[in-house]
Amino acid sequence: MKRNRNSSLFPRDLVMESLKQSFVKLKPGIMVKNPVMFTVYIGTIIMLAVCIWIQQGEKSQGSLAYNIVIFSVLFVTLLFANFAEAIAEARGKAQANSLRKTREDTPAKKVFAVGEIYVDEVKVVPSSQLRKGDFFICEAGDTIPMDGEIVEGLATIDESAITGESAPVIRESGGDKSSVTGGTKVLSDKIKVQVTTNPGESFLDKMIALVEGASRQKTPNEIALTILLACFTLIFLIVCVTLKPFGDYANTPITIAAFVSLYVCLIPTTIGGLLSAIGIAGMDRALRANVITKSGKAVETAGDLDTLLLDKTGTITIGNRKATHFWAAKNVDEKIFVEACALASLADATPEGKSIVELSGINPNNFSTNGARFIEFTAETRSSGIDLPSGLKIRKGAFDSIRNLVTRAGNVFPIETEERVKTISSNGGTPLVVSQNSDVIGVIELQDIIKPGIQERFGRLRKMGVKTVMVTGDNPLTAKYIADKAGVDDFIAEAKPEDKMNYIKKEQQGGKLVAMMGDGTNDAPALAQADVGVAMNSGTQAAKEAGNMVDLDNDPTKLIEIVEIGKQLLMTRGTLTTFSIANDVAKYFAIVPALFITSIPALQALNIMNLKSGQSAILSAVIFNAIIIPILIPLALRGVAYKPIGASALLRRNLLIYGLGGIIAPFIGIKLIDMLLAVFM
Amino acid sequence: MSMELVGVVLIFLITVLLSYPLGRYLAKVFKGEKTILDFMNPVEKWIFRICGIDPRKSMNWKEFLKAMLTINLLWFVYGFFLLIFQDKLPLNPDGNPGQTPDLAFNSIVSFVTNTNLQDYSGESGATYLTQLFVFTFLQFTSAATGIACLIALFNGLKEKTTNNLGNFWSIFVKSITRVLLPLSVIVAVILVFSGSPSSFDGKETIITMQGDTVQVSRGPAAGMIAIKQLGTNGGGYFGANSAHPLENPNYFTNMVELISIVLISMASIFALGFYINKKKFAYVIFGVMTFFFVLFCANNIYFETKGNPELDKLGISQQAGNMEGKEVRFGAASTAYWSVITTSTSNGSVNGMHDSLMPLSGGVVMLDMMINALYGGVGVGLLNYFIYIIIAVFIAGLMVGRTPEFMGHKVEAREVKIAALVTLLCAFLIKGGTALASYIFVHHPNADWAVKPSAWLNNPGNHGFSEMLYQYTSSTANNGSGFEGLADNNIFWNVSAGIVMLLARFLPIIGPVAIAGLLANKKYIPESSGTLKTDSVTFGVMTIAVIVIVTALSYFPPLALGPIAEYLGIHH
Repeated sequence: MKRNRNSSLFPRDLVMESLKQSFVKLKPGIMVKNPVMFTVYIGTIIMLAVCIWIQQGEKSQGSLAYNIVIFSVLFVTLLFANFAEAIAEARGKAQANSLRKTREDTPAKKVFAVGEIYVDEVKVVPSSQLRKGDFFICEAGDTIPMDGEIVEGLATIDESAITGESAPVIRESGGDKSSVTGGTKVLSDKIKVQVTTNPGESFLDKMIALVEGASRQKTPNEIALTILLACFTLIFLIVCVTLKPFGDYANTPITIAAFVSLYVCLIPTTIGGLLSAIGIAGMDRALRANVITKSGKAVETAGDLDTLLLDKTGTITIGNRKATHFWAAKNVDEKIFVEACALASLADATPEGKSIVELSGINPNNFSTNGARFIEFTAETRSSGIDLPSGLKIRKGAFDSIRNLVTRAGNVFPIETEERVKTISSNGGTPLVVSQNSDVIGVIELQDIIKPGIQERFGRLRKMGVKTVMVTGDNPLTAKYIADKAGVDDFIAEAKPEDKMNYIKKEQQGGKLVAMMGDGTNDAPALAQADVGVAMNSGTQAAKEAGNMVDLDNDPTKLIEIVEIGKQLLMTRGTLTTFSIANDVAKYFAIVPALFITSIPALQALNIMNLKSGQSAILSAVIFNAIIIPILIPLALRGVAYKPIGASALLRRNLLIYGLGGIIAPFIGIKLIDMLLAVFM
Repeated sequence: MSMELVGVVLIFLITVLLSYPLGRYLAKVFKGEKTILDFMNPVEKWIFRICGIDPRKSMNWKEFLKAMLTINLLWFVYGFFLLIFQDKLPLNPDGNPGQTPDLAFNSIVSFVTNTNLQDYSGESGATYLTQLFVFTFLQFTSAATGIACLIALFNGLKEKTTNNLGNFWSIFVKSITRVLLPLSVIVAVILVFSGSPSSFDGKETIITMQGDTVQVSRGPAAGMIAIKQLGTNGGGYFGANSAHPLENPNYFTNMVELISIVLISMASIFALGFYINKKKFAYVIFGVMTFFFVLFCANNIYFETKGNPELDKLGISQQAGNMEGKEVRFGAASTAYWSVITTSTSNGSVNGMHDSLMPLSGGVVMLDMMINALYGGVGVGLLNYFIYIIIAVFIAGLMVGRTPEFMGHKVEAREVKIAALVTLLCAFLIKGGTALASYIFVHHPNADWAVKPSAWLNNPGNHGFSEMLYQYTSSTANNGSGFEGLADNNIFWNVSAGIVMLLARFLPIIGPVAIAGLLANKKYIPESSGTLKTDSVTFGVMTIAVIVIVTALSYFPPLALGPIAEYLGIHH
């Protein structure tokens, strides 16, 4: 899937489909799920009845044409609201479908434990026939037919179909990178994979179902908001119903059209019509950020997060440490030292090793390593190096291990080198001590490279009120240095998997909501414990099951984006509610004088917009009420822009734009519509 | 600035100055800290002992409300029968009759609910016994009920997570012994020295300067006047309430009463700050309330001192302002100020006729009661305001991109539902009641009732409409003042207003206490920079917006038909 965040909000085909859906959604069974719009639905039916009544000869309800116009405007209001929901659904579905397309029927080399001819026979079957627990084989050039976990082998895989990232990745059995996704392509080698999900049960399928509405459940905030909106609706229902006896008292006959119009204008139709679209669009935005959410609630919770647990490597620092400095020991020639370092690292394929050679500026081809023996790094020796035919033995390794080696040989570990080691550690670096024939010749300084721009992102999070915690296996000294440099608020050093878990629990006991990202099986308990657990798509099945989101990009900084998406979702609801209710001020000033235009002429002083006639005033208000819905659809889909400027400033800003704007906009809108209507009426 | 205006400003400033230390005192009393009234300890202990109450027993919100409702029900029954049989009971020197069942129902509901809507007149409808042991007694207990429930709210907000909202009985008794009783004694003494009666003798016969013989009612009035103001009850000893020369003899007593009306309500805002240790939050609440209050006062003082333009047209001098229905000894400005303060606080005592207010002043006093939380009734004002806070918190919380929180607790569907129901209820009672009355008035004007519906209204047109609207607004707000001019002592008004008072009293108390209990039960979430600050000016503005748009606007049509139409009719 390509990132198409900048694509048009309304592609033609989606619009056509949504238009059709707007009518389909008029079914009462569907309408009743949205209480606010359902009452508009009833109002529309009443107006239809009134039109028929007038057709039959009723005289007191105004002209047939006028009533038909009111009826039509209400009907269109309903369609607009349905359209908002439909287009949000359609966009989500389109997004999900483009993901699903990658996994349409592909041939799968299924392994039959007992085949027709021999054991473990491989047969090509359509991927749709694969079931959970089945095994299949993939070789170079094959498309992986189904999500699964590698049980044998290692392969490079092109995941660009899912992530948009063209660099191939390595997946292998065992460990935390054993998961493969259907639709991605094997570039080299051969793997045996066990299917982990049945067709129709993958995360993507679940997400599609969420977007489509079948299994879409209202989130807690959405439920609370729906209750509040229902309350407003009832309050305005009371306003309109009681107006009848009030009108009787004032000797003012009020037409049914006027009652229904007043009612529809006052109730929060704008937010009522857009509410479900906002929710779907939130999930859709997550999907566009290549995050699959397992529930709408998870997105909402993301907006409330207080604490983010971030792995140091890959999130805060660029993957690996790099050599940044050679510190030769006293009495050792700098040039010889550098050369020794390069030699010791020639066969070292780790990124650290490569960076040492790189920093030394020595061309590896200039050395002849014939007859040399390379000593690989092991967990016991914690050092690596090279034995040259000349008898020269160079070792590089952690401070303790080299010190052991040196003292065992009866040599002294130079004090100034020990000092250097401490300095490097306290600066957040990792010292690699180098020895030559059991003599210390110097220290290589390895440093973590902090990702450019990460400090700003953490600053942004801090302003949002989110605390960042770095998780690292480094010693506390190094961890503190990097934490300070990157600007995280806290760190867990020398972290073991259970440390994450304990930290999360501790934060949660203090009432905080915690998010973490993880990929390994040993992350699974913590992912499950966290309020928002984002599993990397490359992670193990256990991790993916435990979390409530899956990040297709395997991008550890994604958490930051997810928080913003969650906040946007809530903000969009809040601001549109404010806007919707604030609109009522102008609508009152349009409709109330219009109702009593004949019986209480004095009330014309309230007609501050100077609308042309009672009928045009009511009509303008209803039309404004209808067209504001499609006008705000783009905002509902895109979400209100989130600015990390602190809660009070944000509230001020939104109150000004959507509160004050919501009061002023309809005055202008209704007046303009009235002027336009004056041309026709 | 005219002297009248100076007087009003002075009264307001003195009130604020007095309420601040009183607020600190209230917080101390209910926190159980040392106060100067600790000599009341034995009295309280004695009360607890004979009532078999363990004052230290903690109560959750349900137990708390159950206790509150039980004791109120008891008083309802007790008072109802005393009123019906008052003619057969002692302390009735003037030989006044027993109340009819529907009047007794209205009267007792009215006093249990702190409304004090009086369809009877004190001189002829009550005896000294019922004045003292029903009306005055209930004025204490209903105010104490309000205070007790407010303290329950405080307790809910104070703790991070708790089940315990305090012990109803203990708070209730203390609010009488430590707050209402001592303050009433002070005010009553001032009144007695200024000329209010406090005697058990019957009517006195006086020969006026013109030589007429008049019967002047008196009785144990001073005490009742003190608590009617301090407890925001408003029910006068005499029918004319604080316009009566014996209830409110001069400008000085007028000042004292004006201060008493709002003193405890205002103090409880400051008490909130001291009690939960969030003074800034209290100041923001005080600011929002004062904003509306000053606005309303300005409106009423302007229109009342300006006088009636219709009279101007007739060439009648109105230098003193609109003096119809006003007492010369108080003047237009202070009467206008009284009209706002008595409706702000659900007090409902009057020192002039609200029926005679200029249209927009009349509109403002109604709006004031519709909001019913600008300082508000003793205890209940802040409880009502709490509902606005919950709605404001919810909308504002969403606007800053977080699940709404208040004082570290998430505001979720259940709390929103309760707040919504309370908001809905008041709108329903005021508009529904007025609609019902309008319907009967228009469609059944000649129904065969003791007072025919067609004879209900003293005035035709918009003003008549205002009279009906006012009655239900006043009942819903538990205010108890009348627009008068309405023939309200008959079965329709007695019963319908009685039901409205009951519902509008207890549900809006139960709602906030329940919300406080539910919130306090939730996990505490520490504040971060992403949390909505409820002690900021911005949030104050948000609350103002909620009050204006959600409450005030929903009453726009009836107000437009009543006072606004009347105003526009006069001025255009």
